[in-house]
Amino acid sequence: MGNFKSTFSSTLGKKLIMALTGLFLCTFLIVHLVGNLQIFSHDGGKAFNEYSYFMTHFPPIKIISYLLYASIIIHAVYALILTLHNQKARPVKYAVYEGGKNASWSSRNMGILGTVLLIFIVTHMANFWFKYHNDMVPFVEYRTSLQTGETTVKEIPASEFRDFVKYVDNGVEIVRAKDLYQQVSYAFQNVWLVILYVVAMAAMGFHLYHGFWSAFQTFGWDHKKYMPIVSFLGVWVFAVLIPLGFAAMPLYVYFTK
Amino acid sequence: MSKHMNLTIKVWRQKNVQDKGGFKTYKADNIADDMSFLEMLDVVNEGLTKKGEDPIHFDHDCREGICGMCSLYINGRPHGPKTAITTCQLHMRSFNDGETITIEPWRSGAFPVIKDLAVDRTAFDRIQQAGGYVSVNTGGIPDANEIPVPKPIADEAFNSATCIGCGACVAACKNGSAMLFVSAKISQMALLPQGQQERYQRAQAMVNQMDTEGFGSCTNTGACEVECPKEISLTNIARMNREYFTAKFFKEEEMH
Ligand code: SF4
Ligand code: FES
Repeated sequence: MGNFKSTFSSTLGKKLIMALTGLFLCTFLIVHLVGNLQIFSHDGGKAFNEYSYFMTHFPPIKIISYLLYASIIIHAVYALILTLHNQKARPVKYAVYEGGKNASWSSRNMGILGTVLLIFIVTHMANFWFKYHNDMVPFVEYRTSLQTGETTVKEIPASEFRDFVKYVDNGVEIVRAKDLYQQVSYAFQNVWLVILYVVAMAAMGFHLYHGFWSAFQTFGWDHKKYMPIVSFLGVWVFAVLIPLGFAAMPLYVYFTK
Repeated sequence: MSKHMNLTIKVWRQKNVQDKGGFKTYKADNIADDMSFLEMLDVVNEGLTKKGEDPIHFDHDCREGICGMCSLYINGRPHGPKTAITTCQLHMRSFNDGETITIEPWRSGAFPVIKDLAVDRTAFDRIQQAGGYVSVNTGGIPDANEIPVPKPIADEAFNSATCIGCGACVAACKNGSAMLFVSAKISQMALLPQGQQERYQRAQAMVNQMDTEGFGSCTNTGACEVECPKEISLTNIARMNREYFTAKFFKEEEMH
Protein backbone atom coordinates (compact mmCIF):
# COMPACT_ATOMS: atom_id res chain seq x y z
CA MET A 1 0.00 0.00 0.00
CA GLY A 2 2.87 2.35 0.81
CA ASN A 3 4.04 1.99 -2.76
CA PHE A 4 0.70 3.05 -4.15
CA LYS A 5 0.58 5.96 -1.79
CA SER A 6 3.97 7.21 -2.88
CA THR A 7 3.07 6.65 -6.54
CA PHE A 8 -0.12 8.64 -6.38
CA SER A 9 1.35 11.42 -4.32
CA SER A 10 4.09 12.10 -6.88
CA THR A 11 3.45 14.75 -9.51
CA LEU A 12 3.16 12.01 -12.12
CA GLY A 13 0.76 10.01 -10.00
CA LYS A 14 -1.53 12.99 -9.47
CA LYS A 15 -1.55 13.57 -13.21
CA LEU A 16 -2.49 9.92 -13.66
CA ILE A 17 -5.50 10.43 -11.40
CA MET A 18 -6.54 13.47 -13.45
CA ALA A 19 -6.23 11.48 -16.66
CA LEU A 20 -8.09 8.41 -15.38
CA THR A 21 -11.03 10.33 -13.94
CA GLY A 22 -11.11 12.66 -16.93
CA LEU A 23 -11.28 9.86 -19.46
CA PHE A 24 -13.94 8.07 -17.44
CA LEU A 25 -16.03 11.23 -17.54
CA CYS A 26 -15.48 11.36 -21.31
CA THR A 27 -16.93 7.88 -21.79
CA PHE A 28 -19.92 8.88 -19.69
CA LEU A 29 -20.57 11.79 -22.05
CA ILE A 30 -21.18 9.37 -24.91
CA VAL A 31 -23.74 7.37 -22.93
CA HIS A 32 -25.43 10.50 -21.62
CA LEU A 33 -25.67 12.06 -25.07
CA VAL A 34 -27.02 8.97 -26.78
CA GLY A 35 -29.65 8.47 -24.07
CA ASN A 36 -30.71 12.08 -24.08
CA LEU A 37 -31.29 12.05 -27.82
CA GLN A 38 -34.74 10.70 -26.88
CA ILE A 39 -35.68 14.27 -26.08
CA PHE A 40 -36.04 14.68 -29.80
CA SER A 41 -38.58 11.83 -30.20
CA HIS A 42 -42.17 12.98 -30.63
CA ASP A 43 -43.91 10.81 -28.05
CA GLY A 44 -44.78 13.24 -25.28
CA GLY A 45 -41.58 12.25 -23.50
CA LYS A 46 -42.53 8.60 -23.00
CA ALA A 47 -39.23 7.13 -24.19
CA PHE A 48 -37.28 9.78 -22.30
CA ASN A 49 -39.12 9.18 -19.03
CA GLU A 50 -38.78 5.41 -19.28
CA TYR A 51 -35.10 5.87 -19.96
CA SER A 52 -34.63 8.13 -16.94
CA TYR A 53 -36.33 5.55 -14.75
CA PHE A 54 -34.02 2.86 -16.11
CA MET A 55 -30.92 4.98 -15.59
CA THR A 56 -31.78 5.71 -11.98
CA HIS A 57 -32.88 2.21 -10.99
CA PHE A 58 -30.85 -0.40 -12.87
CA PRO A 59 -28.26 -1.52 -10.25
CA PRO A 60 -25.10 -1.68 -12.44
CA ILE A 61 -25.84 1.78 -13.75
CA LYS A 62 -26.40 3.02 -10.22
CA ILE A 63 -22.95 1.78 -9.24
CA ILE A 64 -21.41 3.49 -12.25
CA SER A 65 -23.22 6.69 -11.41
CA TYR A 66 -21.64 6.71 -7.95
CA LEU A 67 -18.24 6.21 -9.57
CA LEU A 68 -19.12 9.13 -11.75
CA TYR A 69 -19.93 11.48 -8.90
CA ALA A 70 -16.70 10.41 -7.23
CA SER A 71 -14.77 11.06 -10.43
CA ILE A 72 -16.13 14.56 -10.76
CA ILE A 73 -15.14 15.37 -7.19
CA ILE A 74 -11.70 13.73 -7.41
CA HIS A 75 -10.97 15.39 -10.75
CA ALA A 76 -11.84 18.81 -9.34
CA VAL A 77 -10.00 18.31 -6.03
CA TYR A 78 -6.82 17.07 -7.71
CA ALA A 79 -6.99 19.91 -10.20
CA LEU A 80 -7.02 22.29 -7.27
CA ILE A 81 -4.15 20.51 -5.49
CA LEU A 82 -2.03 20.50 -8.66
CA THR A 83 -2.82 24.14 -9.47
CA LEU A 84 -1.76 25.25 -6.00
CA HIS A 85 1.38 23.14 -6.25
CA ASN A 86 2.20 24.63 -9.65
CA GLN A 87 1.70 28.15 -8.41
CA LYS A 88 4.15 27.46 -5.63
CA ALA A 89 6.65 26.24 -8.22
CA ARG A 90 6.85 29.82 -9.55
CA PRO A 91 6.67 32.15 -6.55
CA VAL A 92 7.74 35.24 -8.53
CA LYS A 93 5.69 35.75 -11.68
CA TYR A 94 6.97 37.15 -14.96
CA ALA A 95 6.35 40.81 -15.72
CA VAL A 96 5.96 40.06 -19.42
CA TYR A 97 4.46 36.71 -20.35
CA GLU A 98 3.68 35.66 -23.92
CA GLY A 99 1.90 32.38 -23.20
CA GLY A 100 0.01 32.50 -26.47
CA LYS A 101 3.25 32.25 -28.44
CA ASN A 102 4.02 28.72 -27.34
CA ALA A 103 0.86 27.01 -26.11
CA SER A 104 -2.82 26.81 -27.09
CA TRP A 105 -5.42 28.87 -25.29
CA SER A 106 -7.29 25.76 -24.14
CA SER A 107 -4.22 24.19 -22.61
CA ARG A 108 -3.48 27.34 -20.61
CA ASN A 109 -7.02 27.78 -19.32
CA MET A 110 -8.08 24.30 -18.24
CA GLY A 111 -8.73 25.53 -14.71
CA ILE A 112 -11.11 28.30 -15.76
CA LEU A 113 -12.87 26.01 -18.23
CA GLY A 114 -13.13 23.34 -15.57
CA THR A 115 -14.61 25.80 -13.07
CA VAL A 116 -17.30 26.79 -15.58
CA LEU A 117 -18.05 23.10 -16.04
CA LEU A 118 -18.24 22.49 -12.30
CA ILE A 119 -20.71 25.34 -11.85
CA PHE A 120 -22.67 23.93 -14.74
CA ILE A 121 -22.73 20.42 -13.30
CA VAL A 122 -24.01 21.70 -9.96
CA THR A 123 -26.82 23.70 -11.61
CA HIS A 124 -27.61 20.83 -13.91
CA MET A 125 -27.90 18.34 -11.09
CA ALA A 126 -29.91 20.73 -8.94
CA ASN A 127 -32.37 21.25 -11.77
CA PHE A 128 -32.88 17.67 -12.80
CA TRP A 129 -31.12 15.08 -10.69
CA PHE A 130 -32.12 16.60 -7.35
CA LYS A 131 -35.71 17.36 -8.34
CA TYR A 132 -36.14 13.93 -9.89
CA HIS A 133 -34.88 12.14 -6.79
CA ASN A 134 -36.98 14.25 -4.45
CA ASP A 135 -40.28 13.96 -6.28
CA MET A 136 -40.22 17.61 -7.27
CA VAL A 137 -41.22 16.87 -10.83
CA PRO A 138 -44.72 16.34 -12.27
CA PHE A 139 -46.11 12.85 -12.86
CA VAL A 140 -47.54 11.50 -16.04
CA GLU A 141 -49.55 8.61 -17.37
CA TYR A 142 -49.25 7.26 -20.89
CA ARG A 143 -51.96 5.02 -22.33
CA THR A 144 -51.00 3.39 -25.58
CA SER A 145 -53.50 1.30 -27.47
CA LEU A 146 -51.71 -1.79 -28.67
CA GLN A 147 -54.00 -2.01 -31.71
CA THR A 148 -53.73 1.51 -33.08
CA GLY A 149 -50.45 2.47 -31.42
CA GLU A 150 -51.98 5.75 -30.36
CA THR A 151 -50.78 7.27 -27.12
CA THR A 152 -52.66 9.59 -24.86
CA VAL A 153 -50.71 11.58 -22.29
CA LYS A 154 -52.24 12.69 -19.02
CA GLU A 155 -50.71 14.60 -16.17
CA ILE A 156 -51.56 12.89 -12.87
CA PRO A 157 -51.55 14.41 -9.38
CA ALA A 158 -48.81 13.37 -6.98
CA SER A 159 -51.40 11.63 -4.77
CA GLU A 160 -52.16 9.14 -7.51
CA PHE A 161 -48.55 8.30 -8.19
CA ARG A 162 -46.92 5.50 -6.23
CA ASP A 163 -44.01 4.24 -8.30
CA PHE A 164 -42.99 3.73 -11.87
CA VAL A 165 -45.30 1.14 -13.46
CA LYS A 166 -45.57 -0.35 -16.91
CA TYR A 167 -48.27 -2.95 -17.62
CA VAL A 168 -50.83 -3.98 -20.19
CA ASP A 169 -54.49 -3.90 -19.34
CA ASN A 170 -57.19 -4.75 -21.85
CA GLY A 171 -55.00 -4.14 -24.88
CA VAL A 172 -53.78 -0.85 -23.50
CA GLU A 173 -50.25 -0.34 -22.33
CA ILE A 174 -50.14 1.88 -19.30
CA VAL A 175 -46.99 3.66 -18.15
CA ARG A 176 -46.88 5.86 -15.11
CA ALA A 177 -43.66 7.77 -14.56
CA LYS A 178 -42.03 10.81 -13.12
CA ASP A 179 -42.29 13.38 -15.85
CA LEU A 180 -38.69 14.51 -16.17
CA TYR A 181 -39.44 15.40 -19.74
CA GLN A 182 -41.92 18.01 -18.58
CA GLN A 183 -39.38 19.32 -16.13
CA VAL A 184 -36.86 19.66 -18.96
CA SER A 185 -39.37 21.49 -21.16
CA TYR A 186 -40.23 23.74 -18.28
CA ALA A 187 -36.64 24.51 -17.25
CA PHE A 188 -35.54 25.43 -20.74
CA GLN A 189 -38.19 28.11 -21.05
CA ASN A 190 -35.73 30.17 -19.06
CA VAL A 191 -33.49 31.86 -21.56
CA TRP A 192 -30.69 32.39 -18.99
CA LEU A 193 -30.52 28.70 -18.29
CA VAL A 194 -30.35 28.01 -22.01
CA ILE A 195 -27.49 30.48 -22.32
CA LEU A 196 -25.69 28.89 -19.38
CA TYR A 197 -26.01 25.48 -21.03
CA VAL A 198 -24.71 26.69 -24.37
CA VAL A 199 -21.78 28.53 -22.75
CA ALA A 200 -20.98 25.49 -20.61
CA MET A 201 -20.96 23.26 -23.65
CA ALA A 202 -18.57 25.64 -25.41
CA ALA A 203 -16.35 25.44 -22.32
CA MET A 204 -16.58 21.67 -22.45
CA GLY A 205 -15.51 21.72 -26.09
CA PHE A 206 -12.39 23.71 -25.26
CA HIS A 207 -11.73 21.64 -22.13
CA LEU A 208 -11.78 18.40 -24.10
CA TYR A 209 -9.93 19.89 -27.06
CA HIS A 210 -6.91 19.78 -24.77
CA GLY A 211 -8.06 17.25 -22.18
CA PHE A 212 -8.83 14.15 -24.21
CA TRP A 213 -5.50 14.03 -25.99
CA SER A 214 -3.75 15.08 -22.82
CA ALA A 215 -4.96 12.04 -20.89
CA PHE A 216 -3.31 9.72 -23.39
CA GLN A 217 -0.08 11.68 -23.21
CA THR A 218 -0.15 11.35 -19.43
CA PHE A 219 -0.65 7.58 -19.61
CA GLY A 220 2.40 7.54 -21.83
CA TRP A 221 0.32 6.10 -24.65
CA ASP A 222 1.77 8.03 -27.48
CA HIS A 223 2.64 6.35 -30.70
CA LYS A 224 3.34 7.83 -34.09
CA LYS A 225 0.64 5.69 -35.67
CA TYR A 226 -2.13 5.99 -33.10
CA MET A 227 -1.71 9.48 -31.69
CA PRO A 228 -3.24 11.11 -34.81
CA ILE A 229 -6.35 8.97 -34.27
CA VAL A 230 -6.55 10.01 -30.63
CA SER A 231 -6.12 13.66 -31.59
CA PHE A 232 -8.77 13.35 -34.27
CA LEU A 233 -11.27 11.82 -31.82
CA GLY A 234 -10.40 14.43 -29.21
CA VAL A 235 -11.04 17.30 -31.56
CA TRP A 236 -13.91 16.18 -33.74
CA VAL A 237 -15.85 13.86 -31.46
CA PHE A 238 -15.18 15.21 -27.98
CA ALA A 239 -14.56 18.90 -28.64
CA VAL A 240 -17.05 19.42 -31.45
CA LEU A 241 -19.68 16.73 -31.96
CA ILE A 242 -20.60 15.92 -28.37
CA PRO A 243 -20.81 19.53 -27.12
CA LEU A 244 -22.87 20.45 -30.19
CA GLY A 245 -25.22 17.54 -29.52
CA PHE A 246 -25.75 18.59 -25.92
CA ALA A 247 -26.14 22.27 -26.75
CA ALA A 248 -28.78 21.41 -29.33
CA MET A 249 -31.11 20.06 -26.60
CA PRO A 250 -31.86 23.23 -24.63
CA LEU A 251 -31.98 25.19 -27.88
CA TYR A 252 -34.43 22.73 -29.39
CA VAL A 253 -36.66 22.82 -26.35
CA TYR A 254 -36.52 26.59 -26.08
CA PHE A 255 -37.42 27.21 -29.68
CA THR A 256 -40.04 24.50 -30.16
CA LYS A 257 -41.95 24.43 -26.89
CA MET B 1 27.61 47.03 -43.45
CA SER B 2 25.60 46.25 -40.44
CA LYS B 3 22.82 48.51 -39.30
CA HIS B 4 22.93 50.12 -35.90
CA MET B 5 20.09 50.71 -33.50
CA ASN B 6 19.24 52.35 -30.22
CA LEU B 7 17.35 50.31 -27.70
CA THR B 8 15.92 50.59 -24.22
CA ILE B 9 16.32 47.58 -21.96
CA LYS B 10 14.32 46.89 -18.81
CA VAL B 11 16.45 44.55 -16.75
CA TRP B 12 15.73 42.66 -13.55
CA ARG B 13 18.31 43.67 -10.95
CA GLN B 14 18.61 41.75 -7.71
CA LYS B 15 21.61 41.85 -5.37
CA ASN B 16 21.28 38.32 -4.01
CA VAL B 17 18.76 35.62 -3.05
CA GLN B 18 17.42 37.61 -0.10
CA ASP B 19 17.03 40.87 -2.01
CA LYS B 20 13.57 41.63 -3.34
CA GLY B 21 14.88 42.98 -6.63
CA GLY B 22 13.21 45.12 -9.25
CA PHE B 23 13.42 46.40 -12.80
CA LYS B 24 15.92 49.01 -13.93
CA THR B 25 15.92 50.72 -17.30
CA TYR B 26 19.06 51.28 -19.37
CA LYS B 27 19.88 52.67 -22.78
CA ALA B 28 21.64 50.38 -25.23
CA ASP B 29 22.83 52.76 -27.91
CA ASN B 30 24.61 52.13 -31.17
CA ILE B 31 24.03 48.37 -31.18
CA ALA B 32 25.03 46.59 -34.40
CA ASP B 33 22.32 44.26 -35.68
CA ASP B 34 24.79 41.41 -36.16
CA MET B 35 25.74 41.39 -32.50
CA SER B 36 24.39 38.57 -30.40
CA PHE B 37 22.03 39.37 -27.56
CA LEU B 38 24.80 38.68 -25.07
CA GLU B 39 27.17 41.00 -26.89
CA MET B 40 24.56 43.72 -26.62
CA LEU B 41 24.57 43.15 -22.86
CA ASP B 42 28.39 43.25 -22.91
CA VAL B 43 28.22 46.70 -24.49
CA VAL B 44 25.76 47.90 -21.85
CA ASN B 45 27.95 46.41 -19.10
CA GLU B 46 31.04 48.16 -20.44
CA GLY B 47 29.20 51.45 -20.14
CA LEU B 48 28.07 50.60 -16.61
CA THR B 49 31.59 49.60 -15.57
CA LYS B 50 33.04 52.82 -16.93
CA LYS B 51 30.50 54.76 -14.92
CA GLY B 52 31.52 52.78 -11.84
CA GLU B 53 28.17 50.97 -11.61
CA ASP B 54 27.68 47.28 -10.96
CA PRO B 55 27.43 45.45 -14.32
CA ILE B 56 24.42 43.25 -15.05
CA HIS B 57 25.08 39.64 -14.11
CA PHE B 58 24.01 37.02 -16.60
CA ASP B 59 25.10 33.45 -17.29
CA HIS B 60 27.03 32.42 -20.38
CA ASP B 61 29.90 30.20 -21.35
CA CYS B 62 30.34 28.70 -24.82
CA ARG B 63 28.39 31.38 -26.70
CA GLU B 64 27.77 28.92 -29.51
CA GLY B 65 24.60 27.19 -28.37
CA ILE B 66 26.06 24.01 -26.94
CA CYS B 67 26.69 24.45 -23.23
CA GLY B 68 23.25 25.49 -21.98
CA MET B 69 24.63 28.12 -19.67
CA CYS B 70 23.00 31.24 -21.12
CA SER B 71 19.40 31.87 -20.12
CA LEU B 72 17.30 35.10 -20.06
CA TYR B 73 13.55 35.48 -20.38
CA ILE B 74 13.27 38.07 -23.15
CA ASN B 75 10.00 39.88 -23.90
CA GLY B 76 7.92 37.13 -22.35
CA ARG B 77 9.74 34.15 -23.85
CA PRO B 78 12.79 32.10 -22.83
CA HIS B 79 15.76 32.70 -25.16
CA GLY B 80 13.77 35.44 -26.89
CA PRO B 81 11.46 35.50 -29.87
CA LYS B 82 13.12 32.86 -32.08
CA THR B 83 12.69 29.11 -31.77
CA ALA B 84 15.33 26.38 -31.60
CA ILE B 85 18.14 28.71 -30.49
CA THR B 86 19.75 29.76 -27.24
CA THR B 87 20.18 33.39 -26.21
CA CYS B 88 23.81 33.43 -27.31
CA GLN B 89 22.61 32.53 -30.81
CA LEU B 90 19.99 35.26 -30.86
CA HIS B 91 21.00 38.24 -32.97
CA MET B 92 20.00 41.82 -32.51
CA ARG B 93 18.52 41.87 -36.01
CA SER B 94 15.53 40.14 -34.42
CA PHE B 95 14.74 43.48 -32.74
CA ASN B 96 13.82 46.90 -34.08
CA ASP B 97 15.40 50.28 -33.59
CA GLY B 98 13.79 52.12 -30.69
CA GLU B 99 12.34 48.96 -29.15
CA THR B 100 12.08 48.37 -25.41
CA ILE B 101 13.21 44.89 -24.40
CA THR B 102 12.25 43.38 -21.05
CA ILE B 103 14.79 40.92 -19.66
CA GLU B 104 13.94 38.68 -16.69
CA PRO B 105 15.66 35.71 -15.09
CA TRP B 106 14.17 32.18 -15.33
CA ARG B 107 11.33 32.22 -12.81
CA SER B 108 11.16 29.04 -10.77
CA GLY B 109 11.18 28.33 -7.07
CA ALA B 110 13.72 25.60 -7.79
CA PHE B 111 16.01 28.07 -9.62
CA PRO B 112 16.73 30.78 -7.03
CA VAL B 113 18.23 34.00 -8.37
CA ILE B 114 21.94 34.23 -7.56
CA LYS B 115 22.26 37.79 -8.81
CA ASP B 116 20.34 39.82 -11.40
CA LEU B 117 19.68 37.48 -14.31
CA ALA B 118 21.80 34.56 -13.13
CA VAL B 119 19.88 31.70 -11.50
CA ASP B 120 21.07 28.65 -9.64
CA ARG B 121 20.30 25.55 -11.72
CA THR B 122 22.01 22.97 -9.52
CA ALA B 123 18.57 21.40 -9.00
CA PHE B 124 19.13 19.91 -12.46
CA ASP B 125 22.48 18.51 -11.36
CA ARG B 126 20.89 16.83 -8.37
CA ILE B 127 18.24 15.24 -10.61
CA GLN B 128 21.01 13.95 -12.87
CA GLN B 129 22.96 12.60 -9.91
CA ALA B 130 19.87 10.78 -8.67
CA GLY B 131 19.79 8.48 -11.71
CA GLY B 132 21.17 9.97 -14.89
CA TYR B 133 24.07 7.57 -15.20
CA VAL B 134 24.92 4.06 -16.39
CA SER B 135 27.06 1.44 -14.72
CA VAL B 136 30.20 0.51 -16.62
CA ASN B 137 32.44 -2.40 -15.70
CA THR B 138 36.11 -1.85 -15.26
CA GLY B 139 38.52 -4.10 -17.14
CA GLY B 140 39.50 -4.41 -20.74
CA ILE B 141 38.04 -1.91 -23.18
CA PRO B 142 35.15 -3.48 -25.10
CA ASP B 143 34.95 -3.05 -28.84
CA ALA B 144 33.05 0.12 -29.72
CA ASN B 145 30.50 -1.59 -31.95
CA GLU B 146 30.06 -4.69 -29.84
CA ILE B 147 26.41 -3.95 -28.96
CA PRO B 148 24.24 -3.38 -32.03
CA VAL B 149 21.61 -0.64 -31.74
CA PRO B 150 18.96 -0.20 -34.45
CA LYS B 151 19.43 3.08 -36.30
CA PRO B 152 15.97 4.62 -35.49
CA ILE B 153 16.50 3.88 -31.79
CA ALA B 154 20.02 5.30 -31.86
CA ASP B 155 18.67 8.44 -33.55
CA GLU B 156 15.88 8.83 -31.04
CA ALA B 157 18.28 8.40 -28.12
CA PHE B 158 20.61 10.91 -29.73
CA ASN B 159 17.78 13.43 -30.10
CA SER B 160 17.01 13.11 -26.41
CA ALA B 161 20.68 13.38 -25.55
CA THR B 162 20.97 16.76 -27.26
CA CYS B 163 19.31 18.40 -24.22
CA ILE B 164 21.81 20.93 -22.90
CA GLY B 165 20.14 21.37 -19.52
CA CYS B 166 19.48 25.06 -20.03
CA GLY B 167 16.18 25.11 -18.15
CA ALA B 168 14.23 27.00 -20.81
CA CYS B 169 11.54 24.30 -20.54
CA VAL B 170 11.02 25.16 -16.87
CA ALA B 171 11.08 28.88 -17.64
CA ALA B 172 8.53 28.52 -20.45
CA CYS B 173 6.12 26.24 -18.60
CA LYS B 174 3.21 27.99 -16.95
CA ASN B 175 3.47 25.34 -14.23
CA GLY B 176 7.23 25.63 -13.79
CA SER B 177 7.54 21.96 -14.62
CA ALA B 178 10.90 20.34 -15.39
CA MET B 179 9.44 17.31 -17.10
CA LEU B 180 10.90 17.97 -20.54
CA PHE B 181 14.41 18.05 -19.13
CA VAL B 182 13.93 15.04 -16.86
CA SER B 183 12.22 13.04 -19.59
CA ALA B 184 15.01 13.75 -22.07
CA LYS B 185 17.58 12.51 -19.56
CA ILE B 186 15.53 9.41 -18.72
CA SER B 187 14.86 8.71 -22.40
CA GLN B 188 18.39 8.89 -23.67
CA MET B 189 19.35 6.02 -21.41
CA ALA B 190 16.11 4.04 -21.38
CA LEU B 191 16.36 3.68 -25.15
CA LEU B 192 19.86 2.25 -25.27
CA PRO B 193 21.09 -1.19 -24.19
CA GLN B 194 23.70 0.37 -21.92
CA GLY B 195 20.97 2.02 -19.89
CA GLN B 196 18.94 -1.09 -19.09
CA GLN B 197 20.55 -2.04 -15.76
CA GLU B 198 19.23 0.98 -13.91
CA ARG B 199 16.27 1.59 -16.20
CA TYR B 200 13.34 1.45 -13.76
CA GLN B 201 15.29 2.52 -10.75
CA ARG B 202 16.44 5.56 -12.74
CA ALA B 203 12.91 6.65 -13.73
CA GLN B 204 11.74 6.50 -10.13
CA ALA B 205 14.80 8.16 -8.63
CA MET B 206 14.88 11.04 -11.09
CA VAL B 207 11.14 11.76 -10.87
CA ASN B 208 11.44 11.59 -7.12
CA GLN B 209 14.28 14.12 -7.09
CA MET B 210 12.37 16.36 -9.52
CA ASP B 211 9.46 16.44 -7.06
CA THR B 212 11.77 17.03 -4.12
CA GLU B 213 13.24 20.07 -5.86
CA GLY B 214 9.73 21.53 -6.02
CA PHE B 215 9.20 21.73 -9.77
CA GLY B 216 5.60 22.00 -10.98
CA SER B 217 3.46 19.33 -12.56
CA CYS B 218 3.06 19.14 -16.32
CA THR B 219 -0.32 19.86 -17.90
CA ASN B 220 0.80 19.04 -21.44
CA THR B 221 0.59 22.59 -22.75
CA GLY B 222 3.60 21.91 -24.97
CA ALA B 223 5.20 25.30 -24.29
CA CYS B 224 8.49 23.57 -23.36
CA GLU B 225 8.70 21.77 -26.68
CA VAL B 226 8.20 25.03 -28.57
CA GLU B 227 10.81 26.92 -26.56
CA CYS B 228 13.46 24.22 -26.20
CA PRO B 229 16.58 25.31 -28.10
CA LYS B 230 17.30 21.67 -28.94
CA GLU B 231 13.72 20.83 -29.98
CA ILE B 232 13.31 18.05 -27.44
CA SER B 233 9.80 16.73 -28.10
CA LEU B 234 6.83 15.94 -25.84
CA THR B 235 7.22 12.29 -26.82
CA ASN B 236 9.96 12.21 -24.22
CA ILE B 237 7.49 13.14 -21.49
CA ALA B 238 5.13 10.39 -22.59
CA ARG B 239 8.05 7.99 -22.47
CA MET B 240 9.01 9.14 -18.99
CA ASN B 241 5.42 8.59 -17.81
CA ARG B 242 5.51 5.10 -19.30
CA GLU B 243 8.86 4.33 -17.67
CA TYR B 244 7.71 5.65 -14.32
CA PHE B 245 4.34 3.93 -14.22
CA THR B 246 5.82 0.67 -15.48
CA ALA B 247 8.42 0.91 -12.74
CA LYS B 248 5.88 1.74 -10.06
CA PHE B 249 3.16 -0.72 -10.97
CA PHE B 250 5.09 -3.67 -12.35
CA LYS B 251 8.80 -3.42 -11.62
CA GLU B 252 9.02 -2.07 -8.11
CA GLU B 253 11.20 -4.99 -6.98
CA GLU B 254 13.94 -3.55 -9.16
CA MET B 255 14.06 -0.40 -7.07
CA HIS B 256 16.50 -0.56 -4.20
S1 SF4 C 1 14.79 19.98 -22.58
FE1 SF4 C 1 15.38 21.67 -23.93
S2 SF4 C 1 14.75 23.47 -22.79
FE2 SF4 C 1 14.77 21.82 -21.32
S3 SF4 C 1 16.80 21.85 -20.40
FE3 SF4 C 1 16.92 20.45 -22.15
S4 SF4 C 1 17.61 21.71 -23.85
FE4 SF4 C 1 16.90 23.14 -22.29
S1 FES D 1 26.42 30.31 -23.76
FE1 FES D 1 26.56 28.18 -24.15
S2 FES D 1 24.61 27.79 -24.96
FE2 FES D 1 24.56 29.94 -24.82
